[in-house]
Order: sequence, then structure tokens, then C-alpha cells
Amino acid sequence: MLSRESSATLLAAVTAFIYREARYQDEHQYEAWEALWTDDGVYWVPANGADIDPEKEMSIIYDNRSRIALRVRQLMTGKHFTQSPQSRLRRLVSNIELLDEQPGGDIAVGSNSMIFESSLRDDTIWAARNEYRLRHVDGELRMAYKKVTLVNNEKAIYTLSFLV
Amino acid sequence: MNVMSRASQWGDLIRPDRVHGSLYSDPAIFEAELQNIWYRTWVYVGHESEVPNANDYVVKSIGPQSVIMTRDEQGQINLLLNRCSHRGNQVCSYDKGNARSFTCPFHSWTFANDGRLVGYAFPDGYEGQDKSQLALGRVTRMESYRGFVFGSFAAEGPTLKEHLGGAAETIDRLVRASPEGEVEVTAGFLKHRVKANWKFILENECDGYHPAFVHSSIFGVADSAIGKLYGGASTALTRDYGNGHTEIDLRPEFRKRGVPMSWFGTTAERLPDYTARMQAAYGESQAREIMIDGSPHVMIFPNLFIAEIQMFVIQPLAVDDSVQHVTALQFKGAPDLNRRLRQQTMGSVGPAGFLLADDSEMYERCHRGVLARNPEWIFLGRGEKREHADEAGFTVGHVTDEVPSRGIWRHYRQLMEAR
Repeated sequence: MLSRESSATLLAAVTAFIYREARYQDEHQYEAWEALWTDDGVYWVPANGADIDPEKEMSIIYDNRSRIALRVRQLMTGKHFTQSPQSRLRRLVSNIELLDEQPGGDIAVGSNSMIFESSLRDDTIWAARNEYRLRHVDGELRMAYKKVTLVNNEKAIYTLSFLV
Repeated sequence: MNVMSRASQWGDLIRPDRVHGSLYSDPAIFEAELQNIWYRTWVYVGHESEVPNANDYVVKSIGPQSVIMTRDEQGQINLLLNRCSHRGNQVCSYDKGNARSFTCPFHSWTFANDGRLVGYAFPDGYEGQDKSQLALGRVTRMESYRGFVFGSFAAEGPTLKEHLGGAAETIDRLVRASPEGEVEVTAGFLKHRVKANWKFILENECDGYHPAFVHSSIFGVADSAIGKLYGGASTALTRDYGNGHTEIDLRPEFRKRGVPMSWFGTTAERLPDYTARMQAAYGESQAREIMIDGSPHVMIFPNLFIAEIQMFVIQPLAVDDSVQHVTALQFKGAPDLNRRLRQQTMGSVGPAGFLLADDSEMYERCHRGVLARNPEWIFLGRGEKREHADEAGFTVGHVTDEVPSRGIWRHYRQLMEAR
């Protein structure tokens, strides 16, 4: 257990990290966002609920670190037409909580987000539960795991080609 | 616009090398399509492997219709309509499960999973009522081919085998890539919604002209060999099987390479378990042929698209609202291959897929585009002068030619003109 003071300090650092990630995503700072990941990062957006086994069932996104890099590289080409022109985005992130510490010392964090996307198709509102495992690497927080459970992931959803 | 008064005028809208833009955007035409295509012809509904055990069910669709596919206690598959025979309430609210019966939450009418009404609350109010007259509605005809279950709302018409015609062979080719000769649909579906007419999706599935451009972003960064299959120098073919079924036949390119599993971007050595099982099942020489040729790329009209390793099911909801249901195909008896099929599928398709996000962007931009008043027509003349018949008599063209679109529209016109 962390002391009350160190818990508050950690929560402040985690919150700053998550706000920064949100800003990189909203502003399409792809490389800065990619640099937030650890070398073993996993980026997971399940489909059909929160509890599917991504090794057996289809997820909207289930990227290992090299696929995260591929996703960023595709966005960087400028020819990923679904993001050319780029969606205009602003997201609110709230309900940031430190959850149980993970084995190996990763910091488990939960948050909620609501994202307003304006694209050529229309304006779309997305809402999600986010679960992170963060880790200190060389004194900086990094993401080792991010799971984004869209509230409406059991339904048919429009193209989701920005970084969620 | 009155579609009925225009019923004899489909030829004005559908010409050999062009079709009118209103075919994609007119709500009255969409309603006519529901009646003449979706509620008449054979439509793919689900796969037998999705309901492996007695009393399993999955909720599927035929266009906007919700269809419950059940396996009853006798092991028979049923296609039931999700509508209580009492007051119309939906009797099933879950995507899948295992249930002997469905009880309507409104007045507690209960239906067996073969559709029979087996009970209602306070039965003394229904004295003398013949329950057999109050079963759940069903899709009028049901047939399956190699595990793929199709339904038709027409009491009479071609059999499924007649409907599939020459395209049945592509499904044979698909299941042959399994050492047990079966595919399974067990990986769950992504549901990708697009604000576009369903025919933009249908026509794109065997459009070999677009990949070099729409998908250049991912082909470039992934160092993919797929782009070359769709280049000007490719020997791959487009094919029109008739009845609206179309194919991109990549086998000429894969045979030139002559490397087993090259079609999947890998080698037999990297899939030792699969290779051994294929050799045991088919013998070394035939296994080699199958593993060189790969799995087909075929669009079964109007809604089943087999894209080598994935299956898409197209669902139209409104003239400008469609859903692509997509999953990784799983080859029975090939666990090492199946894991990679799932991983590759998740990367490529669905709302965040490297490929399908861009395809879907094109569908939506095309839909907005055809609302413009001029030039009114969609031009589909590519390769018209160089198309020809293959050995079996099916029309084929260069992989980038619009043979598939022309074939789709020829069949579409026949269906829309039929009474």
C-alpha cells in the first residue's frame, strides 16, 4: 500500500500523463503518442462486450507493439483516406482512479472518456471505459497496456480510424 | 418517384456500360430492392458452426429483418422471425445463447426453438384456439451448402444449388483449404456501419481496380506484396459467374509464384502443423496445389463475401445505411493457421482496420458524390472490349476490369424486372 501522500503524488502524475495522451490523440500527434508506449505495449479495443478473449475472438483493435507502430506509420502517410482530412476531435477524460497494483509493479489506472468527432461523414460521439497499465521507464511514465471498451461496442459502429 | 410506374423502365437506368446514380440513392428504389431481392432471392444468413449444439441460437438478419437461427433438439436448423405471433414484440433480445424456448416478455407466450407455440399465460382465455396457427414466422425456404445456411422468403424459385451455379465451386475451393474440408465461423463478428448504399459495398468486393490506390497507405508501410496482384501487369482475373456472383481469381499469380502459402504471405515451413495435416488429408501433391492456389475471393450475391481469409456479410438497413458483419474464417483442424487468420483479420478489417476503414470511407464519399446531379451516370465500361469467356463459359477480364460490376447489374436488372 502506498501512503496517502505518495498515492496523491502518483495520481497527479498519472492524471497528467492521461491528459497528455488525450491531447496527443486529439491533435493527431502520432509520433508523440507512439512514444508513450513501452516496448511490449498492447493496445486493445474489444468488440461485443468487455470480457471477450482477444486471442480467440475478434476485437476492433488488438495491436501488439509492432502493429501499433504500423498503425501510426499508416496515419503518417497522409494517404490513409479515412483520416485525410483528419477527424476533428476533442475528448473529455474523467473518473481517473488508481486501481490495484499489478504484479511486476505496473500501475493500474481506470478512466472514462467521451470523444466528439467531426468528420466528413458527420459528427459522432464516442464514449468509453479505459483501463491502463502504466510503468516507470527511465523515470517517465509509459503505457504498457491500454484497453478501450466502447460503451456501444456490441452494436454496429462507424469507422473508428483516429487514435481512441 | 413512383417505382411501380417505372417497373418496365429498369433498362433506362441500367445500361451495359453504365448505371444511373439514383439506383444508389433513391429511397423508393431501396424499398423495391427489399421486395425483389432481399425478400425473394437466396440470402446468406449464418453458418452451421455458429450453432454447434442442440438449442444453440444466434440472431442474424436478412436485410432489416431480424432472424433467429436456432438448432432445435432434433438437431435441425430453423430460421425464425423475431416477432411474437401475439402482439409483435421481439421474443429474443440477446445476440446468441442456448435456449429450448423463447418466452415473450410482454404476455409470456412461449415458443419452442423450432418455432412452435407451446404455451401462453392464462390459457382459459384461449379455449378452443389451435396453437399450431400461432407459431413464430419463419424464413420460407432454407437450404445450406457446405455449412453456409441461406434463406429465401420466396415459396418457389431456384434451388440454392441453382442459385449458386458456377460459384458453388468457389465454396468447394474454400473448404478444401481445411484439412478436414470444413470452415468454422467461431471467432465472433465485428459490425462496421457505413452511411452508404449497400451496392457500393457489393461492387467493391470484386473491384480489382481500387486496391492500388485506396490501400496504397498500408501496402507501402507494411511492405505488402498484395499491391502487385492488382497492378497493370497482373495475370489475375475478374470473373462473372452469372446470378450476380463475382470473383477475383488470383490463382494465375499464385501459380506463377508456385510457393505454397504464398497466397497468405507466408511459407509452408512456418506452418508445419497445418502443412502436415494437409498432406495427410490430401496427399503431398494435391496438398501442394491447394496451398499454392489458396482460398477464393468471391462475392456471392447479394450479401456473402469470402475474402480469402475473412467472411463479410452485407446488411442493408436503409438506402444510405449499411452494416458489414465481418469475421475471420477458421479452417477446421488448422489451429496454427487459424490463430494467424484471426490476427491478420483483426488488423485488416472492421471499423479500425487498415484496409476496411479506407474502403468504407470510399463507400461514404461515393454515396455523397452520387447525390450530385451531373453527370448522372456511374461509368462501368472498363475492360468491356477485352472481356472474354473462359473454358467454362464464364466471362472473365483483367483483374482491374469492371466485369464483376457489369455482371452484378445484369442480374440486378433481371431481379428488379421480375414480377
